[in-house]
Amino acid sequence: MNVLEFSALIGVGSLLAGFLGALTGLGGGVVIVPMLTLLFHVDIRYAIGASLVSVIATSSGAAAAYVREGYSNIRIGMFLETATTVGAIAGAAIAMHVSGSAIAIVFGIVLLYSAFLSSRERLEHGQHLPPTKLGTSLRLNGSYPTMSGPQSYKVRGVPGGFSLMFGAGVLSGLLGIGSGAVKVVAMDQAMKIPFKVSTTTSNFMIGVTAAASAGLYLHRGYIAPGAAMPVMLGVLAGSLIGARVLVKARVKVLRYVFAAVIAVLGFEMIFNGATGRL
Amino acid sequence: MRASNWNDLRIETIIGSLLRTGVILAATVVLFGTAVYLTHHGLEIVQYGSFHGVPEGLRSVRGIIDGALHMSGRALIQLGLLILIATPVTRVGFSAVAFAVERDYLYVGITLFVLAVLLYSLLGSH
Repeated sequence: MNVLEFSALIGVGSLLAGFLGALTGLGGGVVIVPMLTLLFHVDIRYAIGASLVSVIATSSGAAAAYVREGYSNIRIGMFLETATTVGAIAGAAIAMHVSGSAIAIVFGIVLLYSAFLSSRERLEHGQHLPPTKLGTSLRLNGSYPTMSGPQSYKVRGVPGGFSLMFGAGVLSGLLGIGSGAVKVVAMDQAMKIPFKVSTTTSNFMIGVTAAASAGLYLHRGYIAPGAAMPVMLGVLAGSLIGARVLVKARVKVLRYVFAAVIAVLGFEMIFNGATGRL
Repeated sequence: MRASNWNDLRIETIIGSLLRTGVILAATVVLFGTAVYLTHHGLEIVQYGSFHGVPEGLRSVRGIIDGALHMSGRALIQLGLLILIATPVTRVGFSAVAFAVERDYLYVGITLFVLAVLLYSLLGSH
């Protein structure tokens, strides 16, 4: 395959990934590494470098739209970023010392877990819990706009959420993904932060987390311009289109289809990793 | 609702445009680099099947800027990617200033810690 064909094919694939990722809310970054490695036989290290760059692009692009709505909580984001950035550097350091096969297996497990999470319905929990000492002294409690005026919320489970965030950072640095799913679990489940605040703040954090490991990847020569370019441009364009298109009725079906694709890719990654093909 | 929340919202709006500008700038530079790269190397056979690491000149900030000044397509793409990586870093730097203006010194400290981690990765980790 020559450079023109390679760039065009990966560009189109990434566009589709970004489009479906934005439409279903599952994020496109998670399918980039399987696509590059399984379909185009790109070494997993270059694939992770390219994926990481596209994650920063979509996070920053989408955050610009989210922040205007006033849902994201900048203090929660910044506080938790101390955990995700340190985790991301640890993850990147691990990635440089383990084999591609081991990374592929971990990647597969994370894909299966993401597919499982997205197949479950989310329930908004009650907001009548008392504040905690840590949440208050770190000024994490806040409010967000609703139809009937600002709704305040209290942040709980700070140590648990913080630890989960460190884990999300490690996965991000190790696999070159946004690990938005783990971030939302940490905020939504552990810290009892309202869903809208969790998702927008998580998106806000993804770019910073990915930037923390991207520097390391760049210096080690993992970010190949020829491979990262079509991925970055494709995913960015796809996610911008996806955010604009309103497909109301079909999104739920699409979400299940995309989750199924992610699950299949998860098995493929584990199989190829375990048999030493990646 | 705290009074500073409105201020937060204003800061977040500025951060939003900062991020958007960074992404647009990065994508423009990458596109320009792509045009140069495809013109010169479009018909070469791709080799990403085994890992060798990209050449030294495409790994460091200085090397990338040097290459971009010499109109190397790959270095220009890499410069665009570097701008993209620098965008969230700039955002964190701006947040530190915003917290300082609000006299929220706890968060100035937290933000500067995050900034230090990011700068270590981007500039110091050779």
